[in-house]
Amino acid sequence: MNAALLEVRGLTKKFGGVTALDGIDLAVERGEILGLIGPNGSGKTTLFNVVTGIYGADAGAIRFEGAEIGSASPQKVHRAGISRTFQRSRLALPLSIFDNIMIGNHKRLDQGLWFNLMRRGALRREFEANYSAARTLVEVFDPPLAERMSEPVAGLPMIDRRRIEICRALIGEPKLLLLDEPSAGMTQDETAELMRDILQIRDHRKDLTIVIVEHEMGVIERITRRCVVLNFGKKIAEGPYQQIAADARVQEAYLGAA
Amino acid sequence: MRGPEPRSPLLPGLAALALVTVYVIVLLAAERQAVIIALLALAILAVLAAQRLGVLEGVGRSFAEREDVLGGLAILGAVATAAWFHDNHFVLLLVNSVLLYAVATLGLNLQFGYAGVLNFAGASFFGIGAYTSSVLLAHTAVPHLLALPIGGLLAALVGSLLVVPVLRTRGHYAAVVTIAFALLFKTFLEVNDVLGGPQGMQVPGMKILGWSFNDNIELGRRIELSFYLNYFVVSLLLLIAAFVLVRRLERSWIGLNLDALRLDETAARCFGLNIARWKITAFLLGNFLIGIAGALYGMLGGFVAPNNYTFADSLILVSILLLGGIGNPWGVLAATLIVVVVPEKLQAIQEYRFLLYAGLVILVLLFRPEGLLPRPVRRYFPAWRP
Repeated sequence: MNAALLEVRGLTKKFGGVTALDGIDLAVERGEILGLIGPNGSGKTTLFNVVTGIYGADAGAIRFEGAEIGSASPQKVHRAGISRTFQRSRLALPLSIFDNIMIGNHKRLDQGLWFNLMRRGALRREFEANYSAARTLVEVFDPPLAERMSEPVAGLPMIDRRRIEICRALIGEPKLLLLDEPSAGMTQDETAELMRDILQIRDHRKDLTIVIVEHEMGVIERITRRCVVLNFGKKIAEGPYQQIAADARVQEAYLGAA
Repeated sequence: MRGPEPRSPLLPGLAALALVTVYVIVLLAAERQAVIIALLALAILAVLAAQRLGVLEGVGRSFAEREDVLGGLAILGAVATAAWFHDNHFVLLLVNSVLLYAVATLGLNLQFGYAGVLNFAGASFFGIGAYTSSVLLAHTAVPHLLALPIGGLLAALVGSLLVVPVLRTRGHYAAVVTIAFALLFKTFLEVNDVLGGPQGMQVPGMKILGWSFNDNIELGRRIELSFYLNYFVVSLLLLIAAFVLVRRLERSWIGLNLDALRLDETAARCFGLNIARWKITAFLLGNFLIGIAGALYGMLGGFVAPNNYTFADSLILVSILLLGGIGNPWGVLAATLIVVVVPEKLQAIQEYRFLLYAGLVILVLLFRPEGLLPRPVRRYFPAWRP
């Protein structure tokens, strides 16, 4: 059990002349919360997009639980047990909270045409079971929100949308959760609240591994035990927050050369 | 904490249904142009007033949630209308057209309203159904009722030729592919002598177990019913089946899949959705419905010709969908009624019907972008309460 859950070797991704990821090596251990930080444009989101199969890699390997997923489609990556949230919230706004969360449970719902059209009784049982599962999950985050499961997401404030996005990623019980800047567009209080929620989720599911991209260093300091710092597509530091915060190259990346 | 929401009341839907039925009968019976214009103005004012007062939303909710009762009553309303005009060929043909256009637009609704695949070749697939029944009824011994599903299957089959380009392109580009197909289809019919060329072909009347659909029905010696009532029964059954199919699809995981991929394809893929599978399902199923409707329409009209299945006719189907409320089957029914009936009754504008459609669509997009009856949030089981 010493093998890392996710292992990235020499990962490179180019967009035309820009090298967004430049030979990244990275290992995510089972059960850890890893912070992924770096200035704007350093390649954090690109790394998520390549790992989840939205972009194909130009070079390098990605192994998840020992299996190569470097060239897998987003569907395959998800089925292997990786779920994510998006930096700019990507919920289906006209759909209800319940519908949005159920999108995340796609692989576990019966998708047969006959089942969905003709076996309404069985569909109803599956619906009821999933409704209470989704509701229980939302209650962990925010009990009042669980009373509004059939309301459209469009009318909700940003913090609730983030919560629903995280619920959508969690409902399918992934092994690895990728959080892409969950605090973007939120106030400090809201951010603190959301981080409490995330830690609470971790208390429920000890085995859940999380990689979090975040600009709020307070958040990173509080919830991660280890960080990886990217700059211009390269990994420039790795270690506990205190250590990397003191690292001269990291300071230079954030503040410019002294 | 809130208590469980009460079920939406039946009354708004009931009242709307009764009003619409009576109104439709009066409008269809009206002959004088002045009366018809006054009736139409009245309807527009009534809808505007209802919107102002916020009544339309209530009606929409009522229809979404109390569909079991209201659906049954809507069928009664249709039957009452047909019975009222039992010996009037012209009106019954019109009623039949409404029913079959509604079936076709429900198919389009599956494609565009749910999967987001814009199909500007609806009339072509309708035409494939009509030509299928023409050929089958004139030259083969296929049971006539079977010609309907065969028409649907052929439309779906020909539609599958478009699947690859539609999947490869996105949004407007996919729409352009279907436009190209619509133009090709009409040209194909025109140069194809086997299918009658530009003059088209006759379609024999439907016969089921010796019962000829094209003979009037005599009840005793005094009452003679229009033969169009035969077709009315089949059209109505077809519409009911199509409605139930579309509704069940929407209120299932598949409906959710289609919404998810329409609204954000990338996010949907990241949660394991197979985009191609669901787009193909919706596209083929939609064309199947359009093809069946076309097959019956061919028999109903007794004649098929390339000029009946042009790009302009496809635009009519799309405008029905936009007008009614994308994704709402009830909206489709209401809009089909308007778009098919009004130009027939209002002779003054018959020449300008496309102008009317264009104007109508622009007005709707300006003032009510979600259509007359906007689609409510999905309820998988409307009677269910947490």
